[in-house]
Amino acid sequence: MKSAVIVFPGSNCDRDIAVTLEKVTGQAPAMVWHRDSTLPEGLGLIAVPGGFSYGDYLRSGAMAANSPIIADVKKKAEAGVLTLGICNGFQVLTECGLLPGALIRNRDLKFVCRDVNLSVERTDTAFTGKYTGGQVIRIPVAHHDGNYFADNETLDRLESNGHVAFRYCNDNGKVADEANPNGSARNIAGVFNETRTVLGLMPHPERLADERLGGQDGVPMFESLLEQLS
Amino acid sequence: MTIENASITADDIASHGLTEDEYQLALDILGGREPNMVELGIFSVMWSEHCSYKSSKKWLKTLPTEAPWVICGPGENAGVVDIGYGLAAIFKMESHNHPSFIEPFQGAATGVGGILRDVFTMGARPVANLNALRFGAIDHPKTKHLVAGVVGGIGSYGNCVGVPTVGGEVNFDPAYNGNILVNAMTVGLADQNRIFYSAASGPGNPVIYVGSKTGRDGIHGATMASAEFDEDTEEKRPTVQVGDPFTEKLLIEACLELMATDTIVAIQDMGAAGLTCSSFEMCSKGGTGIELDLDAVPIREEGMTPYEIMLSESQERMLMVLQPGKEHIAQAIFEKWELDFAIVGHVTDTGRMVLKKGGASVADMPIDPLAEASPEYDRPWVPTEKAEVVPSDSVKHGDWTESLKKLIGAPDLASRRWVWEQYDHMVMGDTVQRPGGDAAVVRIHGSERGLAITSDCTPRYVKADPFEGGKQAVAETFRNLTATGARPLAVTDNLNFGNPEKPPIMGQLVEAVKGIGAACTALDTPVVSGNVSLYNETDGQPILPTPTIGAIGIIDSLDNTATVAFKGDGDAVLLVGGPDDISGGWLGQSLYLRELHGVEMGAPPPVDLFQERKVGDAVRGLIQNGDIDTCHDVSDGGVAIALTEMALSGDIGVTIDIGADVSAPWLFGEDQGRYIITCIADRLTTVTSTFENEGILVRQIGTTGGDSISFTGDASIGLSTLRDFHEGWFPDYMAA
Repeated sequence: MKSAVIVFPGSNCDRDIAVTLEKVTGQAPAMVWHRDSTLPEGLGLIAVPGGFSYGDYLRSGAMAANSPIIADVKKKAEAGVLTLGICNGFQVLTECGLLPGALIRNRDLKFVCRDVNLSVERTDTAFTGKYTGGQVIRIPVAHHDGNYFADNETLDRLESNGHVAFRYCNDNGKVADEANPNGSARNIAGVFNETRTVLGLMPHPERLADERLGGQDGVPMFESLLEQLS
Repeated sequence: MTIENASITADDIASHGLTEDEYQLALDILGGREPNMVELGIFSVMWSEHCSYKSSKKWLKTLPTEAPWVICGPGENAGVVDIGYGLAAIFKMESHNHPSFIEPFQGAATGVGGILRDVFTMGARPVANLNALRFGAIDHPKTKHLVAGVVGGIGSYGNCVGVPTVGGEVNFDPAYNGNILVNAMTVGLADQNRIFYSAASGPGNPVIYVGSKTGRDGIHGATMASAEFDEDTEEKRPTVQVGDPFTEKLLIEACLELMATDTIVAIQDMGAAGLTCSSFEMCSKGGTGIELDLDAVPIREEGMTPYEIMLSESQERMLMVLQPGKEHIAQAIFEKWELDFAIVGHVTDTGRMVLKKGGASVADMPIDPLAEASPEYDRPWVPTEKAEVVPSDSVKHGDWTESLKKLIGAPDLASRRWVWEQYDHMVMGDTVQRPGGDAAVVRIHGSERGLAITSDCTPRYVKADPFEGGKQAVAETFRNLTATGARPLAVTDNLNFGNPEKPPIMGQLVEAVKGIGAACTALDTPVVSGNVSLYNETDGQPILPTPTIGAIGIIDSLDNTATVAFKGDGDAVLLVGGPDDISGGWLGQSLYLRELHGVEMGAPPPVDLFQERKVGDAVRGLIQNGDIDTCHDVSDGGVAIALTEMALSGDIGVTIDIGADVSAPWLFGEDQGRYIITCIADRLTTVTSTFENEGILVRQIGTTGGDSISFTGDASIGLSTLRDFHEGWFPDYMAA
């Protein structure tokens, strides 16, 4: 599986996602500098990593969304190349219009780093095929601006079209306000685009993909991608 | 000579923090010539307490700093330790106390930035941050604001640069009302053959400035940090710097990229006293001179004077000496990362620092005489009077379950989750043991080995007996590391005290350093780096003496480690270490006395260093052999608190059975050198005989299981109740 990780100035989970991709897929991703104008040919996956691109100055993801490489990311994503945005990557994908909605400051205004429970909303996608229906997975979040926001019309459309990928839930899968770490609308932790080929999510699946680090619930996402692309 | 005569007044001298004698010395060094304001400023910062260690140097020299695994001890930007396989751990702890009190968010943030630079300057990629924080009384009107600001500042900086903040301490005491402590520690990893030092050599070699531009922020920060606070302190806010973690992240990547090429002769970050201190120290170490063209220094504001340029403490800046002809390699890398890059001068063989602006010389002073004449004081000191030992039976004890509830939710023992959830403690994908245990464990990237990292100090012990308190701070870090299965390697010390010109305060410093030295020698953990912060007083009220110790240890196999959490039902719970008397316990200076009886009295628990090492080595051996995987050292709050933390962490209860009645001194006493471990039934004989063969006291004190802490033949208390008290205090306090 040929993949690429976009590196912006201020990205800081680029190595983490690269380690996980290599571990699960057996192939190291190409690390693509933001100032390049084109991605390598033949890519199966574009990963936009977490971090603080451009220091989160102006608005999280806003400046990265205008980096030179983004034109080709959009072009390839729109052509169907699977695209995964994690945390700051999710913010970048919403800022550049590949995904609907926006990530605003957490409800309690504080940065939050902890494991959260997510319900897997559907398993018939390239990203989630290896999870089971209704599965509750434990994945860490680490963000200051992870509060998913969209107008009600957009949220209704996301839900009715099945474009919600993950929701914050409690241990037994109940989507409840106390399980919402950041105030996200309808507990949304991740969303797909129309074709379910672009996924953005605030939690970091690459951070719990190694038993040594306390869990492997992130692994099936990368195994799903591997199966899809091999 | 075009040096302008500035007619220095007595006020100028005083406002630069120099004494009459020091000024006379400055005149001698300049050959009788009066310094101009630029030169006076340079003398001021180079001889400030912060840069010169003039009060503490005499005593710091007594600390053990060597071991076969020490690659570089104190004197460089950070200490360097051999961790095997061609790798080195580079680490240091440094205070940012004064700025953090004046402006908590930026003060703490730039503290993190500064210590990160000390570590990556030497060629290491930073892999972990820790913070030891001390705040004033919880009901002091400024405390909440300071806690929120400091934690926010540390988070904003560390999270953005992408280095996990994995541990630390937070304590409260009225003695810190006017002077909080923010001690930041960074640990980095480097290739042993790519370690970079700061000695500028090779006359003619270019001197390069990289990073951010120089502004007017932080001028005289080092001098501020060398004086007591008073009612006008708030006016010093302009001396606090502003941090930009984004630039720091770029600077880390750019420097590490450059370090992989063969171009750098010497490198030093611009920290306290900025360009002055960095250029001065680099030449002093290299036995060279320097000529700087201040017109070439990238500046943020128009019309900055030489004085401002030299003394600015703008953040995220580095100075380096390159091999000649390699400037273009460095320039290309710094341009890629969109950082300022300027050739600002060259190394000379004159032994002098010459500063030019507009073609004219604005300062010209000898380097060695100034550095060598840097004052060293043998300040008068008096020892702290020894306190009486508090007998176990001298206080009336109430219901132990009530005491436990109160203690586990006390400000100094309650969970720090509110703090560390605001820090990204997982970025870099190697955090094996997250905050909340005895020590953080970070995997050495790409291997199955780990570094254990901790920081500790119990200031109330140090105040009652600085020598024993100094020993205890080191011993507790030794225990914290041991409890994960790590072999302790070395420590960094961050000595925070009041005004050293007062003999009792100086006495605290002297005795604490002696205690640290004794413990480091006995436990074979040399001091490889450190920092001294004095004058932590406001209106004559000093802080508690706080010699914070940061320590690292190596774990040779991550398969054999221990955590504090109980792992299963029915495991034997063993207490390793004393006291012999099952009803006794050391109450002097305990949190039990302070929180339950409202008194802080008596001698603190003594540390038997011989026994400490013996017990630690035995516990570590069992972990490394895979005989045990659950271990917690016994510290603040005694056995009862340690058991409760283990139970809450594993969500498994414990039944205590010691074949005797409940004894509050036994439950809450703070005797030193102890661990609680658990083991499965078929390892019990192996484990107990290991200790007994070494002559170490070991006793089964209970069995895991259930959902409460119970004492056989007495009361019990549910884990959910204890959890509410433990987890509730911090968020409730900050929300109130």
